[in-house]
Amino acid sequence: MVVEQSTYLAVSEKNLMSGNEAIGEGAIRAGCQFFFGYPITPQNELFEFMAQMLPQTGGTFLQSESELSGINMVYGAAAGGGRCMTSSSGPGFTLMGEGLTTLATAQMPAVVVCVTRAGPGLGRIASAQSDYRLATRGGGHGDYQCLVLGPASAQELYDLTYEAFELADRYRNPVIILSDAILGQMMEPVVTDHLPRMKTPPKEWAVRGKGTNPRKVIKVAPHTDEELIDWNRQLKKKYQLMQDNEQRYEALLTRDAELIVVAFGSTARIVLDSVLRARNEGMAVGMFRPISLFPYPQKALEEIVRQGTRKLLVVEANNGQMVQDVRLAVCGAAEIAHYGFGGGHIFSPYEIYREIRRLGKS
Amino acid sequence: MKRVYGKPDAMTDVPFPYCPGCSHGTIHRLIAEVIDELEIADRAIGITSAGCSVRNWRQFDCDMVMALHGRGPAVATGLKRAQPETVIFTYQGDGDMAAIGTGEIVHAASRCERITVIYVNNGVFGATGGQQAPTTLIGQFSTSYPTGRDPRTSGYPLKMAEMLARVSPESYIARVSIHNVKNIIKAKKAIRQAFLVQIEDRGFGLAEVLAACPTNWRLEPVRCMQKIKSDVIPYYPLGEFSSQSLKAQ
Repeated sequence: MVVEQSTYLAVSEKNLMSGNEAIGEGAIRAGCQFFFGYPITPQNELFEFMAQMLPQTGGTFLQSESELSGINMVYGAAAGGGRCMTSSSGPGFTLMGEGLTTLATAQMPAVVVCVTRAGPGLGRIASAQSDYRLATRGGGHGDYQCLVLGPASAQELYDLTYEAFELADRYRNPVIILSDAILGQMMEPVVTDHLPRMKTPPKEWAVRGKGTNPRKVIKVAPHTDEELIDWNRQLKKKYQLMQDNEQRYEALLTRDAELIVVAFGSTARIVLDSVLRARNEGMAVGMFRPISLFPYPQKALEEIVRQGTRKLLVVEANNGQMVQDVRLAVCGAAEIAHYGFGGGHIFSPYEIYREIRRLGKS
Repeated sequence: MKRVYGKPDAMTDVPFPYCPGCSHGTIHRLIAEVIDELEIADRAIGITSAGCSVRNWRQFDCDMVMALHGRGPAVATGLKRAQPETVIFTYQGDGDMAAIGTGEIVHAASRCERITVIYVNNGVFGATGGQQAPTTLIGQFSTSYPTGRDPRTSGYPLKMAEMLARVSPESYIARVSIHNVKNIIKAKKAIRQAFLVQIEDRGFGLAEVLAACPTNWRLEPVRCMQKIKSDVIPYYPLGEFSSQSLKAQ
């Protein structure tokens, strides 16, 4: 099944779409053929987009009975060599922990989207960034790691979802797109034509029935203790390779900055306004936006901070989940403060500007 | 010399790891014989279970995918959608399918997913040491309820074949037993039908096989077979349960 055309796009160069739709467009552009998922707000537009588009492009959409089942269907389709995806939000994303560790252990490529809503527990459907830890630190058991990308616009959701399929296949590993309710719901123009339509690449490891060849086995458990130790070594090597090659970030006005605001995703969009305002008033402020959340862009942040930054202000719509990564990156080279909280609060640029000013003076 | 009996081709040379008198070996062999007879080893894919048969990927000489506890039917669904020309079977115990995997199996059955499920019901969690399964009989000993299953505290045994047949209009669903030769032959026929219904794109196939766990039943193998006849079958009647008859042509 080869995706030839996505019907309503390619009309003009720029298309107005919601962030959730942009993810769907990027996925179909990348040759995603299979979507298995369960309804949950605020990701429903993506789910419904795939329900509408996949049958038109020769793909398969299936509404699963739970997120638990959905991610396991993804595992099955990935084992069969298909490019596949599922999406959810906090409570459903939690249920996918079992599937994520399974996919990572079996080294199956898949793209998993979390359109974050405010937790903990059932929480509310308002936007938050409180699934940062769940995405970057696991959610499932054992030593495994997913690649995690944190886009900040509809365009980036489109581009990074597309790229996520490439990364998933390259590393044979699940890739998480960590979005949120703000990004998912807001409409923005998106350029789509710059990326070529992809087909699923051939995967020699996929199971299709052995035919006349030796049989293949896709395993999530080894046969011996030695094998498991070796397996973990291999995975560790792969995760190190990701750390070496996949750190992505955006740095703005950081060269002479004494204070750098660190923010990802939708919060970074708001922070940008606050930083520009403070700059206009003569403050030496910059912004650092991690794009890859695992691996965290440690090298770049460390280098930037060593150029003379005294303070870092981590702003997130959660209780400080990213602070740990920032601290590990700079290893005490700068003072670190956090501003933000979970629960669904949307920052105003002024609110963050005030925090920048307060910190700049102290 | 003429070969009159031997190992099925769809079975590897790896010895079974099971306890003496365990039913898994018999059921594995029946599946392999059916794969041989239907000539589907080249396009069959097995989905493994959790529990004693977790490593049965070593036994079948066809492509295999390991699934986590209870998720076999979901993995099979995704795989079948990605590779519709394959013949997919899950191998699941009663803990796997009737406890932790009830969501997955009920919905796979209701979708009449074109997969085959071999469901081994021995009334006990084997690998973990004999705890109560959803299928444990009333009064039966287990390590979690040492005084025997009491429906007032832990409910009634689940009759999965009957239950699933009610939600799966396009299906072949049967319950068989392996307590004697006559029934082993019948069990093989049911397993064959459970494969055929998938191969011929007629529906969802499931064979529930009543089995014994001598270790955790704490009985000698022969007495286990007697117990299936005297205690298990009266509660779990043998037969076909599909709402629409899908017998062999």
